[in-house]
Amino acid sequence: MHGTENGRTVAARCVGLVKRYPGVVAVDGLDLEVRRGECFGLLGPNGAGKTTTVEILEGLNTPDDGVVEVLGQRWGTRDDRLLRERIGIQLQETQLADKLTVAETVRLFRSFYRHGRPVDEVIALVSLDEKRSARVGKLSGGQKQRLALACALVSAPELMFLDEPTTGLDPQARRHVWDVVESFRQGGGTVILTTHYMEEAARLCDRLAIVDHGRRIALGTPAELVASLGADQILELHAGGELDPDRLGTLPGVAGVSARNGGWMVRVRDVGAALPAVLGELERAGAPLEQLTTHQATLEDVFVHLTGRGLRDG
Amino acid sequence: MVEPKASRGGALHPLAELTRVRMLEFLREPEAVFWVFVFPVLLALALGIAFRESGATSYRVGVTDPAIADRLAGAAGLTVMTMEPAPALEALGRGRLDIVVEAAPGESPLPQFVFRFDPARPEGRSARLAVDDALQRAYGRKDLVEHRDEPTAERGSRYIDFLIPGLIGLNLMGSGMWGIGFSIVVARTRGLLKRFAATPMRRPHYLVSYALSRLLFLVLEVAAIVGFGWLIFGVAVRGPLLALLAVAIGGGLSFAALGLLVAARSRTIESVSGWMNLIMLPMWLLSGSFFSYERFPEAFWPAIRLLPLTAVNDALRAVFRGEALLGGALPELAVLAVWGLVSFAIAVRRFRWH
Ligand SMILES: Nc1ncnc2c1ncn2[C@@H]1O[C@H](COP(=O)(O)OP(=O)(O)OP(=O)(O)O)[C@@H](O)[C@H]1O
Ligand SMILES: [Mg+2]
Repeated sequence: MHGTENGRTVAARCVGLVKRYPGVVAVDGLDLEVRRGECFGLLGPNGAGKTTTVEILEGLNTPDDGVVEVLGQRWGTRDDRLLRERIGIQLQETQLADKLTVAETVRLFRSFYRHGRPVDEVIALVSLDEKRSARVGKLSGGQKQRLALACALVSAPELMFLDEPTTGLDPQARRHVWDVVESFRQGGGTVILTTHYMEEAARLCDRLAIVDHGRRIALGTPAELVASLGADQILELHAGGELDPDRLGTLPGVAGVSARNGGWMVRVRDVGAALPAVLGELERAGAPLEQLTTHQATLEDVFVHLTGRGLRDG
Repeated sequence: MVEPKASRGGALHPLAELTRVRMLEFLREPEAVFWVFVFPVLLALALGIAFRESGATSYRVGVTDPAIADRLAGAAGLTVMTMEPAPALEALGRGRLDIVVEAAPGESPLPQFVFRFDPARPEGRSARLAVDDALQRAYGRKDLVEHRDEPTAERGSRYIDFLIPGLIGLNLMGSGMWGIGFSIVVARTRGLLKRFAATPMRRPHYLVSYALSRLLFLVLEVAAIVGFGWLIFGVAVRGPLLALLAVAIGGGLSFAALGLLVAARSRTIESVSGWMNLIMLPMWLLSGSFFSYERFPEAFWPAIRLLPLTAVNDALRAVFRGEALLGGALPELAVLAVWGLVSFAIAVRRFRWH
């Protein structure tokens, strides 16, 4: 069958996915194809439809329209439990039982699966050995998140879904989570991950889709997406007067320009040529320079370029 | 390393693991342990003391004239207090006196008295007879017959004997419904149910684990109340303990299923509490835990007997009295089975996992 044939190379895919809620289209005709062995990211701001999409892929939510296939199987066609045996899930908002210990929690999840890793091995995998007998309620945010990962890893899944695995964590705790995800990848596992941290997407994902308002607005490797800006430096400036974006955009060394937060975001191919030209243009327009920064182009800039908003502007 | 099929990596069968963590969570919740084990015992103690029958009852008599007190002095079973009329009436109104006796001189050649009491209170009526008898004797009445009292003090007919089975029934209902309803709604609000639904866990296992953990705890709960009643008040179980266990299990499972049903869809603690109260309050009043439902008009009895708590209470009392072993409790067990099975079936189908 077509689906099973695909199942060898494609870990998950959806075509024309639609999910409506009263007053909002959460997912609006989304197409995705996640290959086996890759880490695929869904990058988008709050309310973009990431969780809705992932939960439909996980079989926890039902689409209003579209086709979903995970590991060559569609939800509800054969025994869903067989599919659940093969995937690992970390949900965006699960608070595990406070009164149980780390080991008791992992052991409970282990009991649900016919195959998987020994409890102690999984606890070691997420470096919670020292907290084995600690109550979940007493763990730090980062430790709780690693426990959630342990519960996702305990079945030795082929495909793991991580919905914002590091939101709210400090940088060190975040790196700790990234290490766990990377070691799972090294074992050949496939990961589907959502995030609104572009550093996380750039670090972990082989390919990613940028989503906004339930639609896919860009797709590619992090490098391809950044390259699509046609510039490797970004110049952000605020000036005390009117500027003409058309004139700014055609200055030497400049690839394009867009408005941002009352200022301008100038995509620059060649800083040496662009900087004097931009300053000259300010002078010509009689707009005094208030603030100017430059940085290496990132995924954040791709998002701003595509939407005019920042990933975390809300 | 991935291990061979179905060894479950050091974990037990999912049903056993689910039941195990249920019990651990319960035992680690000190408040829950208090309400389930300590509270019913304290309640039995308080009510047992308040309503204890101290062999010879003494009636509290207020008199407004020391001369009457002199006449009544020495009469058995009367505690006589001399007071002003106004405080005496107030004490009568508050139930601190059973009767007030005033002198009411008039034309009659005999000494005349007024008895003030509340005929609606049994103590008032009995006190009236006792005071009348004592006064008649004090003024020289001669008895025409003689009798000898032989109190039977029958064990099993005191209020505490009625109360202990009722408290067991109440406790089975309360811990079954609150214990299960709250934990499920909390797990739902924390997103834990959704997380479980994302695993291959068989969903009925989750619900059954609640019933199983209740089974283990209810044995302890019932033993605590029965043991307490027996040690402190001498309330004996005359029927076989196995029959007691069977009724307790029937009741416990039935209420566990009802608790699952009430919690099947609620998303908030407030809503589940509302439903719980709506279901439990009528049974607190009607099902004969604190007083017999036979005080309600007879036409209501058949309906009251269909309530699960009534069934548990009636069956427990039959076992305590040692009547007809278990056979006598069959209609009650049937009522419990219907409530339990129907509730469980609906709960499994309507259960909201997220
Ligand atoms: N159960 C629901 N009922 C109604 N609306 C919903 C529901 N779930 C999601 N939505 C709406 O659908 C849209 C997409 O939500 P979703 O949770 O998928 O976003 P997200 O990308 O995961 O956001 P975040 O980064 O904040 O987690 C939002 O507008 C949200 O309000
Ligand atoms: Mg989300």
